[in-house]
Parts: sequence; C-alpha cells; structure tokens
Amino acid sequence: MLVIDNLKASINGKQILKGISLHVKEGEVHAIMGPNGSGKSTLAAILAGREFAAIDGGSVSYFGRNLLDMAPEERSRDGLFLGFQYPIEIPGVSMVNFMKTAINEHRKYRGLEPLSASDFLKLMREKKELVEIDSTLTNRSVNEGFSGGEKKKNEIFQMAMLEPRLAILDETDSGLDIDALRIVANGVNKLKRKDSSVIVITHYQRLLDFIVPDVVHVLYDGRIVKTAGKELALELEEKGYDWIKKEAEKTEESWRVNPQ
Amino acid sequence: MESKPAVKDRYTDLYLNNIASIEKGSSPFMNSFRKEAVERFADMGIPGRTNEAYRYTNLDIWFRHEFNSYFMPGPGDFERAAKFSCEVEDLDVHNLVLLNGFYPSNNGKLRQPGSGITIGSLTENHYGRYAASDTDGLIHLNTAMASDGVFIHVPRGMVPDKPIQIVNLVYSKEDIFNQHRNLIVVEDNAEATIIICDHTLSPSRFLTNAVTEVYVGRNARFSIIRVQNEHNNAAKLTHTFIHQERDSQATSINITLHGGLVRNSTYHYLGGEGASTNSAGLYLTDKTQHVDNYVNVDHAYPNCTSNQLFKGVLDDVATGAFNGRILVRKGAQGTRAYQSNNSILLTDDARMDTKPQLEIFADDVKCSHGATVGQLDENALFYLTSRGIARREARLMLMFGFAHEVIQEIPVEALRERMDTLVMQRLRGELSRCASCMVKCG
Ligand SMILES: Nc1ncnc2c1ncn2[C@@H]1O[C@H](COP(=O)(O)OP(=O)(O)OP(=O)(O)O)[C@@H](O)[C@H]1O
Ligand SMILES: [Mg+2]
Repeated sequence: MLVIDNLKASINGKQILKGISLHVKEGEVHAIMGPNGSGKSTLAAILAGREFAAIDGGSVSYFGRNLLDMAPEERSRDGLFLGFQYPIEIPGVSMVNFMKTAINEHRKYRGLEPLSASDFLKLMREKKELVEIDSTLTNRSVNEGFSGGEKKKNEIFQMAMLEPRLAILDETDSGLDIDALRIVANGVNKLKRKDSSVIVITHYQRLLDFIVPDVVHVLYDGRIVKTAGKELALELEEKGYDWIKKEAEKTEESWRVNPQ
Repeated sequence: MESKPAVKDRYTDLYLNNIASIEKGSSPFMNSFRKEAVERFADMGIPGRTNEAYRYTNLDIWFRHEFNSYFMPGPGDFERAAKFSCEVEDLDVHNLVLLNGFYPSNNGKLRQPGSGITIGSLTENHYGRYAASDTDGLIHLNTAMASDGVFIHVPRGMVPDKPIQIVNLVYSKEDIFNQHRNLIVVEDNAEATIIICDHTLSPSRFLTNAVTEVYVGRNARFSIIRVQNEHNNAAKLTHTFIHQERDSQATSINITLHGGLVRNSTYHYLGGEGASTNSAGLYLTDKTQHVDNYVNVDHAYPNCTSNQLFKGVLDDVATGAFNGRILVRKGAQGTRAYQSNNSILLTDDARMDTKPQLEIFADDVKCSHGATVGQLDENALFYLTSRGIARREARLMLMFGFAHEVIQEIPVEALRERMDTLVMQRLRGELSRCASCMVKCG
C-alpha cells in the first residue's frame, strides 16, 4: 500500500532525509527505530502531509496514488493516520466537536450521511472503552491540560474513531506507564485488520513485545541503514546503536571511495 | 486665512440651540447637570489622537459629518420599538426597548417586576455621580444632551427573577447623532444581570454616544453583557462606569460582532476591600471596521482582584486597538490584577494596536499582563487537517475556539448559546445580524 522510493528532504537547507526507501504491504507491521534526531518524526510528518520540509527527491506512492500531491485531509480520508509524538493542545476546540467534524468529513468522502448525535455518542463510548480512556477527557478541549500519557491515549482513541488503513505511530509508547502501554498496544492490535498496516516508531523493545513487528528498520542520519526481522529490536536493546553507526559509517566511506 | 471654527463648537451650538427640547423631554434632576456639563465639554472638546486613550481611534471624520439630532420621540417611534422582538431563543428576560435613546414604550412610567425592583426612565439618586472624567469630553457632552434612558434600581438584598435586557434601536431616515444614558443601581447584597443589545434599523449614518453608570453595593453581584451588532455606517462610542463597594463582584463583557467604528471604554472602580471585577471583550472585524476597547481598572482599596480578557479576529483591512490601564493606588495592598489581549490577524493588511498601561503605587501586588498579535497556529491547523478536516473548516474551528474563551464568560446560558451561533456565522462570513434587520450592510 505504501511505497517510499529514495525520499530526500531538507529543512532550512539542511538535509534530514537522505534517500529513504520503504515498502509496506497490506497487513504488515513495521517498526522504525533509531537514535534521537535521525529523522523518524520528519519522515512520519512528511507522510502525513505537514509542509515544513522541502522534498528534494524521490517519491511516495500510497495505493498507487502520489501521496506527496495530496492535502493532509485527503490523506486522512484515504485512511492514513499519524499518531503524533507531541500531540497539539487546542484550547477552545472541544474533543467532541473535533471528532464529530472529523468523522463526518470521512463519511462525506465515502458518500455517507453524517452520523446522528446519538449514533456518534454511541461510537465515542465504544471507542473510549476500547482504549480505556477516562471518559471525562472527551468533555474537554483537544489535549488541553492532558497529561503526557493522556495525550498519547487520546491519539489511539482518535485512531480507533477513524479506523485507518495505515497508522503511523510516532513514539506512542513514550510517556506511558506500564498499564497504559499494555492498554494502548492492545487497542492497536484490536484495531488491526487483515488489510490494514501499522508503522510504529519507537525506542524500546517493550512496545514490540505487544505489537509484534514483521520488519524492523533502523533509521540513522536520514537513511535506513538496517532492515531485519523482529529479532533486530532485541539485538538493539542489548547492544545499543554503536555497532549500527559503525557499520553505517563504513558503508558511507565505501560510497565515498567508490561513488556510483 | 480664515480660521475654521472648531468642530466642538458645532456641538455646543447644537446644545444651545436645542436646550428647550432637550429639557422638555427630560427630568428636572437630569436638567440640573447640563449647564456645568456643557462647560466642561467646551473645555475638553472631542478627544483627538493626542489623547492617550484615543490614540488609535480617529473620531474627527465622524464628528465633522453633519448629523441631525433627535431630541423628542415621535408617535411612529413608539410603534417601532413596541414591534421589536429579540430573536434569541429561550432568552427569558425583562425586556426594555429604546429608540434613539428614548424609552417610548413606557415613557416615564416605572415598572415593578417584583419585590420593589424598579425599571423606568432616568430619575435622581446616583445619577451623574460616577461618570466623571477630566480627559474625555464626550462623557460631559452626553450629560449635557441626553434626555432619557433607562434607570434600574435593585434594592438591598433583592434578586430580580430574570436578567434585564435593554435593546437600543437606532432608526432614522436622516443621519443622526444621538445619546444613550443608563443608570443601574444594585444595592448591598443584591444581584443584577443586564444585557444591552445595540442594533441599527436603517442604513443612514449614525453616531451614538452612550454613557452607563453602575453602582454595585457591598457584597452585591452585577453582570453587564453588551452585544454590538450595528452596520458599517454606524459609529458607537460607549462609556461604562462601574463603581463597586466592598466584597462586590462585577463582570462586564463586550461582544462586538459588527459596526463601522466601535469604541468601548469601561471604567472599573474597586472602591472597597475584597471587591473583584472581570472585564472581557471579543471583537470580530472585517472590511474597514475599527474596534477599540479601552479599559481602566482603578484599585483603590486592598485585596481586590481584577481580570481583563480581550480577544479578537481581524480580517481584510480592519483595525483594532486595546488599551488596558491598571492603576493600583498607594495602600491597595494584596491587589491581584491580570490582563491579557490576544488578536488574530487574518491578512497582512489588518492591524491591531495593543497597549498595557500599568501604574502601581503599592508594593504587595500581583500583576500580570500579556498581549499577542499573530496568525492561526500552523501546528494546530496541521493537527486538525491530519484527521481529515478540510483546512477551511479547521481555520474556522480554531477561530471559533479562540473566540469561545470570551463567550464562555457570559453568565446567561441562552445568550451564550446564541453568541456561539452568531460568532460561528460571523466567522463563516454569513450574516450574523438579526433576521429582522433590514439593513443590507456590505
Ligand atoms: N522544524 C524544524 N526545523 C529545524 N530542524 C528540524 C525541524 N524538525 C526537525 N528538525 C531536525 O531534523 C532532525 C531530525 O529530527 P526528527 O524529529 O525527525 O528526529 P527523530 O528521529 O524523530 O528524533 P527523536 O527520536 O528524538 O524523536 C533533527 O536534527 C532536528 O533537529
Ligand atoms: Mg521523533
């Protein structure tokens, strides 16, 4: 469903993504790991349509369409979802109004009538239970005054409401206590369908105990420097990133010596 | 070169030439203030740009215009006022409709909505006591020329069964300059909620100068909500003086939905220990509109609290100003005074001037002020659109959320809900004036 080919992007003239290629098929779970500042969130945000980086090259196709040409709202209506590493607080905009508007825009796109108030509330209740989110949170403004963990749970609640085909979860596990981590991971697993895919960005093996990836990638300095099965995450947990960085630098050197 | 007579002379002349009709439509008590008031106006004149409080608002072009004045209501006016019905659903209020500053539906007779509460034309006691100014001649011009207005008296310990709504209609085939005047007295331990709605009913050019005096007794509670919805050819200048005694609470909220030029000055005098006051405002402007809020909070006694919250959205080439003065007098220890003014500019040509003015002469004081002028938050916009909400809709949601912070301060639920709807329509660029309005203002 998602094919990223040699994607290069820069922010303020600084190259952040230096040629990323990634292929996600229906039903797969991919994990992206990598040291701080390597470009994971930048990649996620570009996929969701945030216009803050200049695309210097490469392409992204999503169900055969050129993803980079689509507005963020179109991407969402077409089933792409980004769980933010840092969810945004929006004072004055209620969670209910936010979700109602989003759901109805999705429905309109699919040629469906808006949900009735009671059906909407029923849906909210169902999904709140699924992610075990405190029911008073949805009476408040979007993320306003939510704790770090509550914000992350709220991301998964929104994912549950919108039922995406491709969910990109950017460090949804960070800031969660052990119980919340389990709840969130269970939520993601329950929402997973045969034809839907997930990209989890994480620093920790812990989450991957619950959401078991088919493939693990290591992103380092704007490149995917290693791709392997789920055992790679365990290895990283044990050994850290140094050995990967060394390997990557060797490759870089050999590239410089023998440029293609 | 011939020297032009000052514009102010035109207004002193207007007074002098019409003194008979002004006094005829009025009470002897009100008349007893006029002579001194017109002299003070002649001294001070119409506030110009050199007056700190009017620095961002140009009144000159309005006062230079040849207006007619209106000193006596005609029979048609009575009908027009009687026919008006407010369209806010479920708003359960005692309703008073004034036309061009007169109270024709009742014409001087007092009404008694239970328990000794008096609503009627202006009479004595408290009148003229609080509307004092050494810098703003317009207040004295109003005292000199206002003939009628509303007087509301809530005796000690009384609580009216519902809010009192004053609807100010302005209607005339000719361009008119007119005065509104209100006096509200809420005695010790009493409560009152007043809603003032300003409407223009004909497309002529209007200049309205309105003074409201409020006395809030010990431990009394008072709210005033002003909803301004006038056309682009109208200028509205309001001056509200709220005098508070100890342990009283007051709230003033100005919601400016529409108007060519609007200037609201609100004077809060905290005249006893433990009093608290809230001053809020919302302004939504577009085209060439101009809205200026001037707030003056005077902390004269210890342990009082004041809170100012003013927010607005400016579109096209609209301009706005906010000037918030906090004065903490010597001896007003334990004062807490807060102020914030936030504006969103939707275009590069819209403009907002904001100026805090803090004068603090006590040392045990908590004071804060903050002002922001900016665009909509791109991160918030991205968050909303990333959930499938169209960018246009997301912008509206953000603006509405921004404005809602002021609306939620309105203590009357039906009005709060109506304001939410009107503000949403206004932000969508749909008409937000009442359906009964005949004025097609651009
Ligand atoms: N808006 C921006 N302006 C300037 N630099 C940016 C911006 N956003 C990201 N960067 C830079 O791009 C690089 C990659 O950042 P990114 O947030 O993608 O890293 P990450 O892999 O998600 O890191 P972490 O694990 O800490 O979340 C960093 O050097 C960061 O400083
Ligand atoms: Mg990140």
